[in-house]
Amino acid sequence: MKTVEEIKAAIEAAVPGAAVEIVSNPSVSGQHSLRLAPGCAIEVARFLRDDAELALGYLSNVTGIDWPDKEITEKVKVAHRVVKTVEGVEKTVEETVEEMRQRLEPGCLEAVYHLYSVAKKHGPVILRMRTIDRTDHVELPSLTTIWRSAEFQEREIFDLYGIVFTGHPDLRRLLMWDSFKDHPMRKDYREPDDFEYEPTAHDDVLKRAQEHQAAAGSGNTEAER
Amino acid sequence: MVDEGLKIELGKQGVFVTTIEDLYNWGRRNSVWPMQFGLACCAIEMIATTMARYDLARFGAEVFRPSPRQADLMIVSGTVTKKMAPQVVRLYNQMAEPRYVIAMGACAISGGPFKQGYNVLKGIDRYIPVDVHIPGCPPRPEALIQAFMTLQKKIDAQHLTGEDRPRFLDAEQQGEFPVPVQGEHDLEPAHNPGVWTVPVVIR
Repeated sequence: MKTVEEIKAAIEAAVPGAAVEIVSNPSVSGQHSLRLAPGCAIEVARFLRDDAELALGYLSNVTGIDWPDKEITEKVKVAHRVVKTVEGVEKTVEETVEEMRQRLEPGCLEAVYHLYSVAKKHGPVILRMRTIDRTDHVELPSLTTIWRSAEFQEREIFDLYGIVFTGHPDLRRLLMWDSFKDHPMRKDYREPDDFEYEPTAHDDVLKRAQEHQAAAGSGNTEAER
Repeated sequence: MVDEGLKIELGKQGVFVTTIEDLYNWGRRNSVWPMQFGLACCAIEMIATTMARYDLARFGAEVFRPSPRQADLMIVSGTVTKKMAPQVVRLYNQMAEPRYVIAMGACAISGGPFKQGYNVLKGIDRYIPVDVHIPGCPPRPEALIQAFMTLQKKIDAQHLTGEDRPRFLDAEQQGEFPVPVQGEHDLEPAHNPGVWTVPVVIR
């Protein structure tokens, strides 16, 4: 099979204006993936499926990733001009000082597609797409028109992560009920508080169970019930 | 009540003496027909229990009925998800009295290995009264037979009159249980306070 670099080159040759970025995987498996710009994703997907050499006709898996907003603290070297007195003479000296700076890396939602070729017996080729942010711009193009098997899996991602797949033929929640508002697989999801009874609580559950026990101990036991 | 010794003596003479209560309970306990529905892997064990090797029909669970109107026993066999819970309560409401519930397996009694999941109900006894709980993941067919025999003993011990009479003979007891509504974040209410109260954990 072609390497990711070769696939990237093939995509860029076949689809003009396609923005493809290689996401390398440093682990032993070395499963590098291709991050597509959402705008050109459908054309790229069609090329990957129909190309005679790649023939990636089988979409085995679609999944989602939630990347929450991240605060990064890093050391930055900053050049300063400092006036110093060296041997009785005033001089302007350049000094590099290390400063701690904080920056906020905005989060996003990501969809990951695993492709195989049944005819050529190769794969996987991994595609990724990222939304602009986690709250307001969560649209990605649906690849259901290219691989029909994406339909339910994109619905599942819509349900659990909240990515809205534009062009999906039937975008409804798959696992949770329709009136449910949350997206449970997001990192900031907090499950409903029904930890009032935990006989063998531990870790986070223990903390939440203890809150209930403290409330029960302060005299409103009957109100709790 | 007829003296037990006298009963045997009369039996030897060809006279059969019983009470209405004994006869009624005998009939009830030996024709408990379960409802044909399964929720997860526990249902496979439940099916195995009804097959030739374990043969639940020996105990009077003659046939699994595909309609709640014809069933006496609901075996909640498997994980009750929050999406499924309203339907389970609705099915229970549709069953005719007298009706019984066996909560089979870790999931049905407490949520089991999925207890901390966002989508799993932490025990069906939060919404409907459960007669027998069986632990296990899944429980073996012997455990289900044990639960069934426990239920039969429970039925046999019931008195038809007095304070401890069964629910269906008490006009003041509720017959219909509120079906939880699927809300924006969770089922509403999170449990039926008339059925389930927070257990006191002795530490």
